[in-house]
Amino acid sequence: MKILVPVKRVIDYNVKPRVKSDGSGVDLANVKMSINPFDEIAVEEAIRIKEAGKATEIVVVSIGPAKAQDVLRSALAMGADRAILVETDADLEPLAVAKILKAIALEVAPDLVILGKQAIDDDSNQTGQMLAALLARPQGTFASKVDIDGGHVVVTREVDGGLETIRLTLPAIVTTDLRLNEPRYASLPNIMKAKKKPLEVRALADCGVDATPRLKVLRVTEPPVRAGGVKVADVDALVAILKEVGVA
Amino acid sequence: MPSIIDRDEMVYDVVIVGGGPAGLAASIRLKQLDPDISVCLLEKGSEIGAHILSGAVIDPRALDELLPDWRESDCPLIAVPVAENLHWYLTAKASYTLPHALMPPLMSNDGNFTCSLGSLCRWLAEKAEALGVEIFAGFPAAEVLYDAAGAVIGVQTGDMGVDHNGLPKADFQPGMNLKADYTLFCEGARGHLTKRVKARFDLEAECQPQVYGLGIKELWDIDPARHMKGRVIHTQGWPLNESGTWGGGFLYHQANNQVALGLVTALDYANPYVYPFEEFQRWKQHPAIRAVLEGGRRVAYGARVINEGGWQSVPQLSFPGGVLAGCSAGFVNVPRIKGTHTAMKSGMLAAEAVLRAIRSGRKQDRLVEYDRSVRSSWISLELQLVQNAQPLVTKWNDKLGTCLAGADMWLRTLFGFGLSRPMQHRSDASRLERGKKHRPIAYPRPDGAISFDRLTSVSYSFTNHEEDQPVHLRLRDCKVPIDLNLAVYAGPEERYCPAGVYEFVGQGEGAVGLQINAQNCLHCKTCDIKDPSQNIEWVCPEGGGGPNYPNM
Repeated sequence: MKILVPVKRVIDYNVKPRVKSDGSGVDLANVKMSINPFDEIAVEEAIRIKEAGKATEIVVVSIGPAKAQDVLRSALAMGADRAILVETDADLEPLAVAKILKAIALEVAPDLVILGKQAIDDDSNQTGQMLAALLARPQGTFASKVDIDGGHVVVTREVDGGLETIRLTLPAIVTTDLRLNEPRYASLPNIMKAKKKPLEVRALADCGVDATPRLKVLRVTEPPVRAGGVKVADVDALVAILKEVGVA
Repeated sequence: MPSIIDRDEMVYDVVIVGGGPAGLAASIRLKQLDPDISVCLLEKGSEIGAHILSGAVIDPRALDELLPDWRESDCPLIAVPVAENLHWYLTAKASYTLPHALMPPLMSNDGNFTCSLGSLCRWLAEKAEALGVEIFAGFPAAEVLYDAAGAVIGVQTGDMGVDHNGLPKADFQPGMNLKADYTLFCEGARGHLTKRVKARFDLEAECQPQVYGLGIKELWDIDPARHMKGRVIHTQGWPLNESGTWGGGFLYHQANNQVALGLVTALDYANPYVYPFEEFQRWKQHPAIRAVLEGGRRVAYGARVINEGGWQSVPQLSFPGGVLAGCSAGFVNVPRIKGTHTAMKSGMLAAEAVLRAIRSGRKQDRLVEYDRSVRSSWISLELQLVQNAQPLVTKWNDKLGTCLAGADMWLRTLFGFGLSRPMQHRSDASRLERGKKHRPIAYPRPDGAISFDRLTSVSYSFTNHEEDQPVHLRLRDCKVPIDLNLAVYAGPEERYCPAGVYEFVGQGEGAVGLQINAQNCLHCKTCDIKDPSQNIEWVCPEGGGGPNYPNM
């Protein structure tokens, strides 16, 4: 069984994002970039499935600038077998990403595609679902538990009311939630070995996909700064203020 | 923790500890001289540059020697040549420009560049990797490895996945033994392994103790109308002179409408109520500094100590199996506030000595020739010229000391001798005086626009440490913070730490305890230096922890 794991290079979760002064987007100059944490969980899950003897090959794929090779190398160091980078400097929307992943999936022919439920930069939460639709395959989103069972995958989903367990026929698409696993540390020898694992770089144009944006970003703004609180002397003062702001 | 861990081992020709300018220059020089030599470089930060914090105005002299075509490349240093060099003496309300004609020529910044040292290191790391250097970021060197005869044979990387009690977690990953013919310690100021090898081999037997300053820095996006690309300003005087402390501020107009600014507080201060973080906030509120920042916004915050001992504090540089380079040794030119060029040069000289030794079949012995080559290089000439500047200012204070330091540098420049022989230092820890001798200092509250509180500031260093791990700030005696530091020295750790790691908290019934918020640690090393009884030992936390500085 083959597993395909798409990974995205995003702004590191420790970094406080800053909006560009012209409001056109987030300033990424000199900012630390890392693998999307949900995708890292997907890589870890794929490795665990392989370690359990239920998969034979893990292919990681990223779509992004040349620097995205770094996140692919991280995934290879964790234990993925080979990597593909679809190189582009364009900022792609989920639909374009899903179409490119479809092209890759048709070529790699994985039994399971496992990816993060969302990327922490744009928080779209669309790619996995769109990919499932484009490939006409079953999907198990927000997975907190994944079990391969013969020709099926049993996915425990984190839903509003609690947990929902579903059984999908392979090949299928699974998107990961935070509690699925805790990704491992890559060891130093594995980082070295990862440098020698195959990493194929191809141009976006060679995928034969129309990646033209369908959306137009009007502006990006930072959340409003929270005003400081005030101390009130007694309950009457509190009620007066609540009335003043119209909540009582 | 299992007492015997089966550790993997890898063998290299050279292991370099630390991915700053010294270590990276050494790695590049080694590969330039011999592409077949195997070089491994360890960096504790999550990536190269993550723990680098400097001004910086950089003298390109060493880079010219290392990569002569850097000016024609995409090197970030080229972007902003120093266009205007100002030296201000500050009083509480005014600033006076000191004419540069009075200063010795070595103080000129002509031909220098202002740039983020973190960005320069990231660029150097790309060059090093292209040459085949194996760079491992997120892997600290945690222990020094010795052979039976006591020679350094390499280092052990830190264990990952250890819980707060020191027990292995599910994701435990033991550190590896990396062995080498020679190990280069390029850890920066007050490196934790450097400290150990200095003690073990008594490398400071014949030099003065190293002394330090604490640099607290911010990076701001400012109003383009107020930005004057290439203008660099240094200040002395207010506010530190009010507490009899010395040090100075810097404000550099760098690329992309950003300014890098900071205040260095010499850690030899006597008054335990001195609060370097608040001194920096006060300094930013000076009308001349505030005028630059108004309408701008802060991008990043950080802190790091800088060596201020100068030439007389340079220890013996070689010992069996290893050498010290860069700020591990301490090659900062204090009045010029520059150490990048000397750090790089020392790394290059170390590389050359190591390579010659390996070629002649030697290993794990003492590279006396590296000591000699540093002492006959331009590093030595440059540092000897300024070696009394810092001690004169320390001894005679701000105004007179500065004049004497200038006179000493002029004499050395023109006639080859100074006002006195190389002057002595006392350790920073020993300078601290009892709380009773001083009065608490009242610092103004932050305004939230120019000045900020400490914890909000720490969030701009993007610091993160794995939560469940042993505290990496170790107390030799856990009674000392209360019985000595709080009782006698007014609890200085609560103020000198730029990250608020140390906090005296009530524990009920009048009892007080020291709480160590190790997760906030910026790896600046101030506590390891300034604790009056040297009771705090900084050890390396789990790899990848600490600040994630952008272009600092």
